[in-house]
Amino acid sequence: MDDLRELYQEVILEHVKNPRNKRTPADANRHAHGHNPICGDAVEVHLKINGQGVIEDVAFEGRGCAISVASASLMTEELMGKTEAQAKALFETFQEMCTKDDAKISKDIDEDALDRMRVLAGVRAFPMRVKCATLAWHTMSTAMAQKDEATTEQDDIGA
Amino acid sequence: MSEATGAAKIAPGDNSTLAFDVERARADFPILGQEVHGRPLVYLDSAASAQKPRQVIDAMSHAYETCYANVNRGVHRMSQLTTDAFEGGREKVAQFLNAGSADEIVFTRNATEAFNLIASSFGRAHLGAGDEVVISELEHHANIVPWQLVREQLGIVLRVAPIDDAGNFLLEEFEALLGPRTKLVALTHVSNALGTVVPVKQVIDLAHGRNIPVLLDGCQATPHFAVDVRALDVDFYIFTGHKVYGPTGIGALYGKKDLLNALPPYQGGGDMIASVSFEKTTFKDAPHRFEAGTPPIVEVIGLSAAIDYIAALGQENIAAHESGLRTYAEERLARVPGVRLVGTAREKASIVSFVMDNAHPHDIGTIVDRAGVAVRTGHHCAQPLMQRLDLAATARASFGLYNTRGEVETLAEALESVSEIFG
Ligand SMILES: Cc1ncc(COP(=O)(O)O)c(C=O)c1O
Repeated sequence: MDDLRELYQEVILEHVKNPRNKRTPADANRHAHGHNPICGDAVEVHLKINGQGVIEDVAFEGRGCAISVASASLMTEELMGKTEAQAKALFETFQEMCTKDDAKISKDIDEDALDRMRVLAGVRAFPMRVKCATLAWHTMSTAMAQKDEATTEQDDIGA
Repeated sequence: MSEATGAAKIAPGDNSTLAFDVERARADFPILGQEVHGRPLVYLDSAASAQKPRQVIDAMSHAYETCYANVNRGVHRMSQLTTDAFEGGREKVAQFLNAGSADEIVFTRNATEAFNLIASSFGRAHLGAGDEVVISELEHHANIVPWQLVREQLGIVLRVAPIDDAGNFLLEEFEALLGPRTKLVALTHVSNALGTVVPVKQVIDLAHGRNIPVLLDGCQATPHFAVDVRALDVDFYIFTGHKVYGPTGIGALYGKKDLLNALPPYQGGGDMIASVSFEKTTFKDAPHRFEAGTPPIVEVIGLSAAIDYIAALGQENIAAHESGLRTYAEERLARVPGVRLVGTAREKASIVSFVMDNAHPHDIGTIVDRAGVAVRTGHHCAQPLMQRLDLAATARASFGLYNTRGEVETLAEALESVSEIFG
């Protein structure tokens, strides 16, 4: 049960009940749709990035499991006001945290942000769930690159 | 060659005196002794793939150790013995489905390959632009996607028979779809996602009344109850070995002999030819016409042992046991706060799909797994059905002959802890 308690911490459950920035901003200028064919989870990420490459607004819509919703919600809070380069560094660090015990942490990220993101690092103990945690981030990264579709994988699996 | 030791425990025909003994049956399945996360494995995912009894595992290793060569080649003794065992498996499958002859059984790699075979070969023989194939909202992707490939190639039209919100197949609406262009009805016998048993006898009568042949997907029927293809008068019937306690890598297609022989080959190669020259090749009759290359030899031997095993326990006994479990599970799960059953058709096999108010199926799956319970979560390879029910996914507990009421209780308690976590 300890792994489970770490995975489903209060913070995560709270984000699931009250997701932040779950909306579609009218003035967003980058969008992407992310989809996990294994579970059918889907997420839309909307970004408003200004001429200086600063994320002025970030929001999401979608349905999915607790991990994917909490992750999307947390992500929007972290990205607000960051530059594209900072967003990329956050994504890379977050991916490391979700998959490795000795995650490489980008030096440019402040401790508080790291602590907030670490809430989801419990998925390390659940390899089947890592994609749930990273779906919104992959989709955000696709939106930044101005592609339309992100999918965690192409395959469908049986039965 | 596979001495089914289960047969010694409960002889066929003895069922009136010896009730089905689930603990004895469990002892035949070595994997059920495993633990996951320090808890005894509670395997409630047999609809995805069933576990294997010792009798099947032994039959396969016994074959590799004592009786193995390629089939239908050469005059040597081992090849002949192996060919006998392999063709004996065909006889066994014919008996299992009550087919008229072993020549009506084509071996494939799995059910999916059998669907692709029929779609491709039936398509080339009988379908053209504007012709219609009727499927249903309950179908597994294996009985949807091959027809879409045919649609791309030949311009056929797919018609989809509806269900009601409980998952019942709607016969009248189905009948209304049958028209002058309908060339084939291809339906599931039992829904893998909801457990609905489709009234296939009525379906077949309605279709045959208009001279339309019927293909049934028996993947979720064959593990649970006896299927009689002649009593049904079904034209094609498909099932897969790994769901009937047999190995992976083996599926079977039943087809009426004249219908099979009217179809062109699916793949070309060795074993399926009568004669080959560079100018012209002639093909063998069914079933060999459809079995190009070295077949899954030992898998057929394993499947044959699985069929013996099921027969020894008695299909009626298995059905009665599973039906009791399913009813109990539906009652018990409905009492867990926040659980809603999905699929409450009048007639069901032992499959219980459900969702919870505050927990996504994926989270349910992860949490009950830590209690040792394996359930399937997701769209069950039936995305159109999920869309019809307006769900992204469900959790599904499916029961096999080895499951117990105690295991249902473990699942229910694990779901109660899900309910606690998500409030
Ligand atoms: C109803 C149904 N049809 C077809 C299949 C495909 O079987 P296989 O994956 O063995 O080809 C399955 C199971 O996966 C099923 O449940």
